[in-house]
Amino acid sequence: MDALLLHRIHFGFTITFHYLFPQLTMGLALLIVALKTVAIRSRNELYNEAARFWAKIFAINFLLGVVTGIPMEFQFGTNWSQFARTTGGVIGQPLAMEGVFSFFLESASLGLFLFGEKRLSPWGHWASAFTVFVGSWISGFFIIVTNAWMQHPVAYKVLPNGVYEVTSFWGLLTNPWALLQYAHNMSGAAITGAFVMSSVGAFYVLENLFPEHGKIFLRVGVIAGAISCVAQIFPTGDLQGRYMAKHQPAAVAAMEGLFTSQKGAPIILMGQPDEEKRTIDNPLAVNNVLSFLIYGTTRAEVQGLDKFPRDQWPSPLPLLFYAYHIMAGLGTYFVGVMLIAVFLLWRGKLFQTRWVLWALMLSFPLPYIANTAGWMTAEIGRQPWVVYGLIRVSEGYSKYVSAGNGLFTLLGFMGMYAVLSILFIVLLYRIISKGPAVHITSPPKGSPMIMA
Amino acid sequence: MGFIWFWLVACMLVAYVVLDGFDIGVGILHLFLARNEQERQLTLRTIGPVWDGNEVWLIAGGGTLYFAFPLLYASAFSGFYLALTIVLWLLIMRGVAIELRMQIAMGVWKSFFDGLFFFSSSLLAIFYGAALANVVRGVPLRPDGYFFLPLWTNWRIGPHPGILDWYTVIEGVVALVALGVHGALYIAVKTEAELQLRARKAAGTLWIALFVLTVISLGATLIARADTLVNYQGHRLTYAVPFIVLLSLVGMIYFSRKMVDRNAFACSCIYLTTMLVGAAIGLYPRLLPATSGSAYDITVVNAISGPHTVHVGLIWWSFGMLLAIGYFVLVYRMFRGKVPLGAGGYEH
Repeated sequence: MDALLLHRIHFGFTITFHYLFPQLTMGLALLIVALKTVAIRSRNELYNEAARFWAKIFAINFLLGVVTGIPMEFQFGTNWSQFARTTGGVIGQPLAMEGVFSFFLESASLGLFLFGEKRLSPWGHWASAFTVFVGSWISGFFIIVTNAWMQHPVAYKVLPNGVYEVTSFWGLLTNPWALLQYAHNMSGAAITGAFVMSSVGAFYVLENLFPEHGKIFLRVGVIAGAISCVAQIFPTGDLQGRYMAKHQPAAVAAMEGLFTSQKGAPIILMGQPDEEKRTIDNPLAVNNVLSFLIYGTTRAEVQGLDKFPRDQWPSPLPLLFYAYHIMAGLGTYFVGVMLIAVFLLWRGKLFQTRWVLWALMLSFPLPYIANTAGWMTAEIGRQPWVVYGLIRVSEGYSKYVSAGNGLFTLLGFMGMYAVLSILFIVLLYRIISKGPAVHITSPPKGSPMIMA
Repeated sequence: MGFIWFWLVACMLVAYVVLDGFDIGVGILHLFLARNEQERQLTLRTIGPVWDGNEVWLIAGGGTLYFAFPLLYASAFSGFYLALTIVLWLLIMRGVAIELRMQIAMGVWKSFFDGLFFFSSSLLAIFYGAALANVVRGVPLRPDGYFFLPLWTNWRIGPHPGILDWYTVIEGVVALVALGVHGALYIAVKTEAELQLRARKAAGTLWIALFVLTVISLGATLIARADTLVNYQGHRLTYAVPFIVLLSLVGMIYFSRKMVDRNAFACSCIYLTTMLVGAAIGLYPRLLPATSGSAYDITVVNAISGPHTVHVGLIWWSFGMLLAIGYFVLVYRMFRGKVPLGAGGYEH
């Protein structure tokens, strides 16, 4: 078995599973702040109940994010030690900053948020929710800075012993790639939060179970969803796509399935890439659109894969092509469904339009797929480099960790995460079926929540 | 700079061991100390609001180690691959066990997570002790700065060492007992009545084992690594460290008998700190000694990051640490005192 492939799958699997949780944490944190704000300003107790309900889901989700997140930080050393050794002086920095500036803040304020509602004033409790939100979004920023440097290394020099060193700390933090990617990624997290909240709301309204809370979830979810879904495509997705075309042209060519450079390049909406024959089977293409999207004119030439040596093509290329198309296709669907929903909300008809409620209810898995596919696009697009243009993945993994040892731990993670998935689904089902109406069901005797 | 970062990282790891140490200690002992549902809940509530903040010291410490000494991070983490991954699994189990226990009011469910909490905490303590012992003993570093150790080989210190051998297992047991005492004294501080009495009693019994094991551990270290004392002989003042270790050991049992639990717990904190500082003094300036010849040692000199990185790092690190200490003071003040009976804080 090929050790390099195994280490790639190891990281890919654990990071994919991990990121299912933080995207909801970051999205929900924002929406909980919105709920708490409305609760205070409108003095409507239903909004407080809504916030408490989502806090319960948040807490479990946060826990799984934490426990699956710790292995990520340590995997740079365990599975990618050659990469960690040469670049630790650069990307170790934002990773350490995440711990120092975000996790301490997050753990402290989450304790206050979950335990402190009775001890704190309404605004004090609002502030604890707000710092949870700030902490989680700072954490996202440092991770994006880390990834952005791998995608688009800036502000570095190589020391005589082959180790990379930061030349400008500020330059590292304000890497243009990081700022664009951060905007795109955080709006993606908001989409997940918005869809999950709308989905539960639609379920409550359709089932006529806690319909008043359901309507609040729908109102907040749909408004946040419409804003973030539009922002996901324009400006954040658009800007990032253009920046990527400039700095990772090979990745963009592979994403779009453009094997040959051409003027008036078409956009391929669907098809199956054939790497050997360098063609797309069954293409559904619209001429000129790709040139227009990247350069603003239909006649511009777009670089195809033929411009790049074979050993610089991202791999696996078909997976990159599909990941990108799934992300873009779902993103388009999100805009459609959320704009319809927000329009109906404005006209006061959303809660009666059952087909839209059904669509919202069933759509909750899709943002997870879209966010995952988006990250796969970024990460496979970066291949074959671990640091774009500087270090290949084949020079990055731990060469003394054999494929056998790697497979052992990969299987272990798979088994453990399978169990965590089941626990998560069971517990979420219980919370959702129990519902947000705290004043109806009294707490079971002596069962305090010790979540922190 | 190497000197400064060596001690800064050491401080973070000491903070981790002292703080998360009592969470682990509670996990080791709770099955034996808490005999009914109410006591179980009470025990868990002593660490409920603080455990995950305590764990952040490990993450922040690991991150700091990563950027300050990338060579050490890369070499040690890949070399101790299996042990480290198992620690990660145990941390997952421990976190899940603490938090999910309360989610379903069902005896079987709770018992399962109680057992998982005990299992993961105990093994974590043993692995942490063994990890430190591996660093003290040294590893067969190759000329390129890497190594790889299987979990065990023939349980001997020699040309083909494993992560677990007689020496590292002894230190693992030392850690298990030391954190057990630490946890018992913490429970005594945070609870009342019968639970508190039982915790004091457990601390007293375990203390005898800890005393014997501490002496054995010091002797075993001198066998496993004879040059540990070189730094001590160079700086006579450092002999204060083993002296404080002994003093704090005596203090633990003295204050516990006198029922001044806070002081006994403070002594336990000092004990853990000085044990770790003692090991760090023996190591410096090495970060990971090579059994394959001192030329291959990973030291603060050859592992430190570039000069700009560590200078800028010092600025934001100091600032961030001040903030972090502030949060801890806030949280521990808010949840100070005995854990109250009955429903706590968060309403369902």
